[in-house]
Amino acid sequence: MRSENFNIKMTKEEIINKLTTIVKPYVQNEEGFKNISEDTDFIKDLEINSANLVDIILDVEDEFKIEIDNDSMEKMLSVKATVEVIQDKMNA
Amino acid sequence: MKNRVVITGLGVVAPNGVGLDAFTKAIKLGTSGITFHQELKDKGFSCCIGGIPEISEEKKAEYLTPLQLRGFNSTSILYGCMAGIDAWKDAGFSVDENSKLDYDSGLIFGTGTSGIEKFREAIYKIDDQNVRRLGSTSVVQTMASGISAYLGGILGLGNQVTTNSSACTTGTEALLLGFERIKNCKAKRMLVGSSSDSSLYTWGGFDAMRVMSYKHNETPEKGSRPMSETASGFVPGSGSGALVLESLESALERKATIYAEILGGNINSGGQRNGGTLTAPNAEAVQKCITDAILDAGITSTEIDAINGHLTATSKDSLEIENWTKALQRKGADFPYINSLKSQVGHCLAAAGAIESVASVLQIKDQFVFPNINCEDVHPEISDLISLAKIPTQMIEKPINIVIKASFGFGDVNGCVIFKKYN
Repeated sequence: MRSENFNIKMTKEEIINKLTTIVKPYVQNEEGFKNISEDTDFIKDLEINSANLVDIILDVEDEFKIEIDNDSMEKMLSVKATVEVIQDKMNA
Repeated sequence: MKNRVVITGLGVVAPNGVGLDAFTKAIKLGTSGITFHQELKDKGFSCCIGGIPEISEEKKAEYLTPLQLRGFNSTSILYGCMAGIDAWKDAGFSVDENSKLDYDSGLIFGTGTSGIEKFREAIYKIDDQNVRRLGSTSVVQTMASGISAYLGGILGLGNQVTTNSSACTTGTEALLLGFERIKNCKAKRMLVGSSSDSSLYTWGGFDAMRVMSYKHNETPEKGSRPMSETASGFVPGSGSGALVLESLESALERKATIYAEILGGNINSGGQRNGGTLTAPNAEAVQKCITDAILDAGITSTEIDAINGHLTATSKDSLEIENWTKALQRKGADFPYINSLKSQVGHCLAAAGAIESVASVLQIKDQFVFPNINCEDVHPEISDLISLAKIPTQMIEKPINIVIKASFGFGDVNGCVIFKKYN
């Protein structure tokens, strides 16, 4: 059962805002973080340590109350791909 | 061509003092770091007292980044990082994440178990069929070499970076391994030390073995009683000690502060023969470790001013004193001063050798012998062997040239090192 909040469809901007808060502690390139957009790549643009990608996924699961399978996890390397996975799982 | 090896930096996180200044003050006064812990009582421990360094959240943030502290649950790594970083800075080096990789500097930093509380978290998650929820932080905090991995990256060291483990000998062994590496010209500088978790999961097995003191739960600071007739077992402690070892040539080049010189030492094992077992020492091997260390240092036993013993406050203390008298061929009033830091901080297990080595080196730097506490009633088996005047209960200030320090551990393993004032 989803909580009431999640019955309201979240906009892409809202998802990106939440995602920005989630990735912030892992970012090693502040310049890249300032310019975060849909096209931002976690490793190339934000210099996030690849080991921390699994932590971001766990944080995303907690924040959006979803569960992300292995295949979807592998896609979550950029803001765009991550938003798509989140939307997909929330609408499932 | 062998290098002479000196000590140019110290760092310590101890139950009776966090940081070099606080620790120095505490050991001179004989301040106990042993306190009562309700958590131990709640879990049904016989021994409900222990030594845990006090560290605030603000203090943690001085050493580890917010990212490093995310999901962080390993006191041994925390203490090791604090002591290691302090020692490195004390030696005159900066800590900078963009520093140039230094192939001449390495580290050997030991531990018994790493991040045992983190390991517990992981076990619960896995048993709950939630292995994926471990995230990235489980492996690096629970692998034995977690502490050397953290420190190696923080300091940017490019020589050997490793972790050793030999029970209560760990810290002294780390020091001697680093010493040999510099002596043999394989490195110019080695950060050495060891750390041990503050955790009931580390201490529980010892409580079950009935080797921990259970008679002083109401009077914690009286609980750790090495050499005392009323000693009833050791009191568990935790923390970390770290030392920067350096070739004399490199230290002089840098005009570094030299705390002391390491003249030599020895590491051996009693092989669990001739009275030695997995948990008890082979006395012959202990004596040989001490005499071989003296040979290695090129001194005679008469030159030794003070002994920093292993002396845990179990029934083995008298045997240890007997071993010292035989190995040094000195007894009664001719015996050197002897002290046990465990009277103040408890038995810091894997960290003991490193914290106690820091205390031993401080005695040379500041020219004193720190007091033993809780041995106003010296065991008669000990007072039969050595003069009471050699077991100081107040700080003694006098010229201290040579200090010998030994550690003995489960597995029947021994380590002994000889420090000398640098001239």
